[in-house]
Formats: sequence, C-alpha cells, structure tokens
Amino acid sequence: MLRKNTTPGKLIIVEGIDGSGKSTQIDLLYKWLQAQGRSVYFSEWNSSMLVKSTTKRAKKGKLFTPTTFSLLQCTDFADRWENRILPMLKAGVIVLADRYAFTAFGRDVARGVDREWVRNLYSFALQPDVALYFRVPLDVAVQRITSARAKLKYYEAGMDLELSESRVESFTLFQERILNEYDRMVDEFNLTVINGNLTVQAQQRLVREIVKQDLAGWKGLPRPEDIPVIPKMSEINAGEGES
Amino acid sequence: MSESKFYGAGFPYREIGDLPGKLIVLEGSDGVGRSTQTQLLRRWLEDEGFAVSDTGLKRSEMTQEGIEEARKGHTLSRITMSLFYAADFADRLENQIIPALQAGFVVLSDRYMYSIMARDIVRGADPVWARKVYGFALKPDMVLYLKADVKDLVTRLIHGRGLNYWESGMDLHPTNNLFDSFLEYQSQLILLFDQFAKEYQFVTVNAGRPVMDVFSDLQGHIRNLLEDQHPIIEENF
Repeated sequence: MLRKNTTPGKLIIVEGIDGSGKSTQIDLLYKWLQAQGRSVYFSEWNSSMLVKSTTKRAKKGKLFTPTTFSLLQCTDFADRWENRILPMLKAGVIVLADRYAFTAFGRDVARGVDREWVRNLYSFALQPDVALYFRVPLDVAVQRITSARAKLKYYEAGMDLELSESRVESFTLFQERILNEYDRMVDEFNLTVINGNLTVQAQQRLVREIVKQDLAGWKGLPRPEDIPVIPKMSEINAGEGES
Repeated sequence: MSESKFYGAGFPYREIGDLPGKLIVLEGSDGVGRSTQTQLLRRWLEDEGFAVSDTGLKRSEMTQEGIEEARKGHTLSRITMSLFYAADFADRLENQIIPALQAGFVVLSDRYMYSIMARDIVRGADPVWARKVYGFALKPDMVLYLKADVKDLVTRLIHGRGLNYWESGMDLHPTNNLFDSFLEYQSQLILLFDQFAKEYQFVTVNAGRPVMDVFSDLQGHIRNLLEDQHPIIEENF
C-alpha cells in the first residue's frame, strides 16, 4: 500500500506492458488538459539525467543483475520524485506519469526479486489519484511491438532471464510474467482497468471521463496567464486623484 | 532449517550455495584507521596462506563514475543518494564479494552496508525503510567495529589528510564551519554505530590506541574465526 496523496496537486499515471497503447493515451490526455487551461507536468519512466550514464554503461556491458537493475531504476525514479514530481504536486500541478512504481513491481518481480522488497523500495511514493492500467492480450502487445521495431533490445526482451534464445520468444515469456504481476496489482493498488483493445478514441473518451470526474471541484495551480492583472501603482494613484 | 545467510530475502533468483570463504567486515568512523588495519590484516593473512580479497565502498565498476559525477555537482537528493549507494553496494556484493566467498577467499571489506545506512539515517532516511532496502545483504561472518571517540578522530585527521566536506556532513549544513560540523556529524554517526553494534552483534575494538595494539586485537578475533581453516604447515622444513 502506498500513502495517500495529501498534496494540493493531482497525480495521474498510466501503466501497462509494452505495446499496450498507454503512451498514446497519456499524450492525448496531456494535450487535452493543457487545452483546458490546467497546469500540467509530464514525467517519463527512466528519464533522469543523473543515472543516465550509469544505466547506459550497465546496459551496454550487460552488468545488471535483477537487484542492481531494480535499485538503479528506483534511483532514477527517486531523482525525478524528489526534484520534479513531488515539488510539482506540492505546488498544485497535475503530474502525469508514463509508468510509475507499478512498472517496477511488475518487471522486477518478473526478473525474480522479492515482491515485498521492491514494494518497500518505492514506499516513499504516493498512491496516484488516478491509476490507469491498459490491459491488452499478450499476443496483441507482442504483435504491436515486434512489427514496430527492427530488433528488441537485450533487457527489453528480458534476455537476462535466459528464458529463451529467441528474442521474440523471450520477450513474450517476460511480458507474460509482467502481465500476471499487473493482474495481482489491480486490487492491491486500486488500478482502473482500461480495455486496450478498444479504439484509441474510445479509450481516450473513457480516460477523459475518469479524469474529469476526479478533477471535479478541484482548483490547483493557476497558469500565469490566468492570474488577474494587478493594476500599476500609477493607475491606482491616478484613480484616487479623480475622486 | 539453517539460519538465513541474508538479512532479508537476499537474491531469490540465484542459488548461492555453500560459501567456503569468510566475510570479515571492518566498520567504524572516518579517520579511525580502517584502511591501515585492512592493509595490515591483508598482509598477515596472506602470510598465513589465506587468499584475500579486499573491497571498499564506492568501487563498483557499474556505478563509480555516476556517483562521483553526481557528488561533484552535489545534486543527489536524500532518497536518490541512498538508492544509488545501495545499487553500488549490491553490485559489489553480487559480482565481487559472493564470487570470492564461493571461491574460498577471505574477504576483507573496508565498511559494509552499516556505514551506508548510518549516513542515510543521519540524513533523515526512515530507519525501517533503510533496513529493508538492505534485505539483500549477506550476513558477514564477523564485523569488527573500530570504535573511537570523536576527539581521537579529529586528532588523526588534523595530523593526516584533513577534514573534508562529506565526512563533515556539510551537505546537511549543521554549522558554518568544517570543524564544528565534523564533531556534530561524526558524533551522530557514532551513536548509530553503537546501536548497530548491539543489533548486528559487532565485535567492538577500542581504536583509540596505537596501531599495532589495535592490530593485535583484530588478529586475535580473526584467528578464532579462522581456527579450523588454517592451511599452513607449522613445522619448519
């Protein structure tokens, strides 16, 4: 269980296996919220500059073990959490995250780390206000990813698990494990399941309805252009002179 | 069922098997003489016929550069720093320490996860969280705690390599100068070490004495631990 978000901000996250269509959906949501005049901040999994060189080196040299992989991804998340996400939430911003702690709970456990151990790692994070889980059948996701990409990367395909010599087969087995972990998390973390087989538009309609409901009656941080203009001193003085 | 090798779940995806080697950890404050003692112990153990591997903090090939870079800019926030160091420690444990123990080495570790945890906790990390993070840590065969009071540390450091930014906890801004900050920061660390000494059954050695006296105590403790494993043929030939 994660602690409740008591900041003035809103935390909205998307989850799902590779090829579930979640990034498309959060991108559309981001643009829509901006168009609605909301202050929005977007954060992507594995994007901290701080650990970038280390991750790159470890991936290139295949130096990762499941534990160090997990710890380094959490370091990445912590950097974004402490320096971006939490400050934004405290300021009253809507934070959209493409993948969240649940990605680690899925992937790292699929790699064999202890379920409770990885949950403790991320226990500094807050329970999102809206957590959307895009569920697609395994074969659909695999089809989407393998047709869109020339070659699956080593860790992406879960080759470190030595499940199969074939990258596509390894990827499929790895994603299947992750899918099982996600399904356990639906109740545990109150994830809202979206059917990833629906059309992009139909999914987006659902997403917007859910978000709209959550934001009903909530104000948040105004944008600079929405702050009422403060009259200049000279104008105030001029006004006084007239009366 | 035998007692667990780890403080928590360990590395569940990996069969560790028997570890014929011994893991001996030297813990204690900055400037207490750990590295000097590690060197002396290494030479002595090798003379006695043991294969020795020594390892210190911050030496992982994977994370060393990244951590150095981040520290230079002082951009590491509290939780981020804890996790980065945990990744570094895990890498050394899995890729250096455990393989050496499997091969029958005596591993001398200049510090272990206790030091990292102490630094994290002084910086405000949740102590329960920190202990659980290190659930993958292997329990050492012996932890030798070199204990000195903060005045001894000052004496050694002022006459040695001097006081530095991190060892004085200056990132915490305890006071406006290195000296007072060092006293305050190191005193807090010593309190934590004393607490860990009970919790993790450290062997406490008084380090406020001449180097060779401390060394001789350490030898005694290690001799007891390695009693059955002595490879040397005592007779002259």
